[in-house]
Amino acid sequence: MKSTEEVFEILKGRFGDAISELVTGQPAESYFSVSPKEINKICFYLRDTEELLFDNLMNLSGVDDDNGEKKTAEDGSFTTFGGTLSVFYHLESTSLKHKVTIRVSVPRETPELESVAEVWRCADWHEREAYDLIGFNFLNHPDLRRILMPYDWEAGHPLRKDYKNPEFYQGMKVPY
Amino acid sequence: MGLLDKQLNDGNIVITKVEDLLNWARLSSVWQVGFGLACCAIEMMATSASHYDFDRFGVIPRPSPRQSDVIIISGTVTLKMALRVKRLYEQMPDPKYVISMGSCSNCGGPYWEHGYHVLKGVDRVIPVDVYVPGCPPRPEALLEGLLKLQEKIRNESIVKKSA
Repeated sequence: MKSTEEVFEILKGRFGDAISELVTGQPAESYFSVSPKEINKICFYLRDTEELLFDNLMNLSGVDDDNGEKKTAEDGSFTTFGGTLSVFYHLESTSLKHKVTIRVSVPRETPELESVAEVWRCADWHEREAYDLIGFNFLNHPDLRRILMPYDWEAGHPLRKDYKNPEFYQGMKVPY
Repeated sequence: MGLLDKQLNDGNIVITKVEDLLNWARLSSVWQVGFGLACCAIEMMATSASHYDFDRFGVIPRPSPRQSDVIIISGTVTLKMALRVKRLYEQMPDPKYVISMGSCSNCGGPYWEHGYHVLKGVDRVIPVDVYVPGCPPRPEALLEGLLKLQEKIRNESIVKKSA
């Protein structure tokens, strides 16, 4: 059993600057941040190292951090510039019975990070969902298509804070 | 009604209007498309099962829209599904009927404001004959909806075009 702090120290010793910002003492679980370009390497290490053995990706979810600069239009809608979007990874080791939470933040304008679908196969659909609803670009993903919204949905990614729903889709009126 | 309330006094001859006979045959065997969308579909299946027994009104789920007379839109119609619902409806032979079951398919239901993915009422893509309110409607409510549909069919005319 390793605590988040211990996992953080192990990774810090091995990967250095790619690991940062350990957040503890919150009501929710502790987490630390990982660089978007190295998340797949680090996940391989987390899965295969003897003392960690994180064999289960319990969940992968996307968050719009809503920390950019907002420009409000006349109709009350707003567009966000700058700030970050984040992906959270919840890992578990079924043999060693420990868990860890990892955060990867990417800039809103270029939300690119490495895919972990090669590390845990279940990440494939989770990443497709995060791409569909928030709009992350998972590099080296085997099949990065929309999974929930229609394939020809052109209005963007609905769970972004500055998302605007279209008037029409395929000739059907969308608003109430 | 014509057929049933006439006394069979003249041996085995029954006198009725062709229109009444056709309507009676039609309303007594409204076969539905075996198709469900969301939680309303669970109530619809309960209505089909032995306790409420849809079959006593002549409603049998058919595995193909080409053999069906009525499509019960039982649940949330997403924009992605709306195109498929429309295609199913178009594949049904005339005369065909639509029962919109539950708030979602009536008007978008709880998704009316923030449901970026939900069609706000199935009547935006196909014409609806009977709306059944509820979230989800109880089997009794769906049965009432079916009786309303039967009433509508009973008053149809082969001369006048139906709505």
